[in-house]
Amino acid sequence: MPPTSDTPLAAGADADAARAQAPSSSQAPDKVVVQDLTVRYGDKVVLDKASFEIREHEIFGIIGPANSGKTSFLRALNRMDDFTEGMTVEGRVSLDGRDVRAWRNVYALRRRIGVVFPLPVGLPMTIYDNVALAPRLGGERNKRELDRIVEHCLQRAALWDEVKDRLDSLGSLLSGGQQQRLTIARALSQKPDLLLLDEFSIAVDPVTTMRIEDVLKELKHEITIVLVTNLVQQARRLADRTAFFLNGECVEVAPTEDLFTGPIKDQRTRDYVEGRFG
Amino acid sequence: MDSSGAQASGTFDADRRNASWWVDRVVQALVFTGGVSAIVLIIGIFVFITGHGFGFITDHMDVGEFFTSPKWRPTSDNNPTYGALALIAGTASVTGLAMLVAVPFSLGAAIFIAEFAKGKTREVLKVLVELLAAIPSVVWGFIGLSIMNPLIIETFDVPVGLNVLNAGVILGLMAAPIMTTIAEDALKAVPEGFREAAEALGATRWQVIFKVVLPAARNGLVAAVLLGVGRGFGETMAVLMASGHSINLPTSPFDSVRALTATIAAELGETAAGSEHYQALFTLGILLFGVTFVINLTADLFIRGRRKP
Repeated sequence: MPPTSDTPLAAGADADAARAQAPSSSQAPDKVVVQDLTVRYGDKVVLDKASFEIREHEIFGIIGPANSGKTSFLRALNRMDDFTEGMTVEGRVSLDGRDVRAWRNVYALRRRIGVVFPLPVGLPMTIYDNVALAPRLGGERNKRELDRIVEHCLQRAALWDEVKDRLDSLGSLLSGGQQQRLTIARALSQKPDLLLLDEFSIAVDPVTTMRIEDVLKELKHEITIVLVTNLVQQARRLADRTAFFLNGECVEVAPTEDLFTGPIKDQRTRDYVEGRFG
Repeated sequence: MDSSGAQASGTFDADRRNASWWVDRVVQALVFTGGVSAIVLIIGIFVFITGHGFGFITDHMDVGEFFTSPKWRPTSDNNPTYGALALIAGTASVTGLAMLVAVPFSLGAAIFIAEFAKGKTREVLKVLVELLAAIPSVVWGFIGLSIMNPLIIETFDVPVGLNVLNAGVILGLMAAPIMTTIAEDALKAVPEGFREAAEALGATRWQVIFKVVLPAARNGLVAAVLLGVGRGFGETMAVLMASGHSINLPTSPFDSVRALTATIAAELGETAAGSEHYQALFTLGILLFGVTFVINLTADLFIRGRRKP
């Protein structure tokens, strides 16, 4: 079901600005279109015929209890299923109008999609090398250009000031919150135009969580963000529109505030956001 | 009385030693004994071989001759000499060649099993590799004698097929399974999150393995190689059978050599206990013990290093 344009949008001025840039339409063009997406692990269906779209320059929230298919959606989006035994994907996910399955070079697809995982993964190399890894994999060898990318990405992830004097120390020695920002910097280093965050704040303290949330609000001017979270309030703070997943079903997609205060379309959504289950 | 009852009645049970307390104590004592006995045994072995070889070191040994002369003539009637250089060179050359064979094989196998093989293939391969490690060394020696020997003579047109090449290849094949198993463990110990993170950055599978997995598993891989070296150094029977067992400073892989271990095995039975020759063999044992000890200790330090962040 496409979101109707007469729904009152409670998005902030940022989203409005982004929308204004879109040609000949009151809303931004679709970045990602999901049609009848079904994901299975073996015989178990973890996501069942989900259909929705994600618009450019928005933060798209996905909320829902555990095992509702949130992460499976992200994995289908950047084709992690290619190397995952037993994971099968049916239906269609398209990025900028092109089915992700039609990309011959899955690595090129993944370079356009940054991913931040639930637990911070500081790769066992220096802070510098962590952020420079993706550009290097892409063939960048120029030291000055790498320096520039590293500084730029660490600054955008609000980590530069804390680590600029010790870029040569191991990334895995940083605190959990710092590592998660390092992960974000690393995800940005490949210049993605889509950033996926999978419950990024699980292992992060509240202060750092707020800092990262501020970073995301800034980033959405440049890129599209998909925010999977089990914190309903985090989705409410950040997401322009939000999908509610439950047991593999995409129950509802709406402007975020509607899920909380709008007319009730599905009682289960309201029950979940108000904390009555899940 | 179960523990919940004990908790409920508070101080009443605080001093009572129940069955599980005693079991805990007994198990503690058993485990302690097991641990200590390993230490006692290793010290005992060390004391034993130094005790038997020490007389030679203090009374007869010419350190310069021992390490620089290739003349191992312990049975000479008028002037026995104990130059171990040829034996050391024999062991080193065979072990070195064995590592050249084993390292690429075992690392390749470990990478395949850990990163590429799936499901049944993986399980079958693991079992087969472990079975390979269980083949007795005398069987390997037999293969060296009866298969490799004629093969080398025919292929390279050399008079003797029992040489460094033969022993090195045999030893390499012997060391490869254990190295594969340890290297595979090291690769499996690399968190799945590292691979996913690298994949999400658009790394190809080779990039994931070479840029992320292998560096992360580096310590474990070095330990695997070192344990393989230790295995090669200490191996006796296969080397005795495949190396030709003749005292030589090898200048080509087709030279026959004699290993430290094989020398001890072959000569110890024919010496009078306590004689100079007997003690000299024990000195070779001390040398072997020392070298393998250092190799294994280094390997252990690398394995420990792996656990550090």
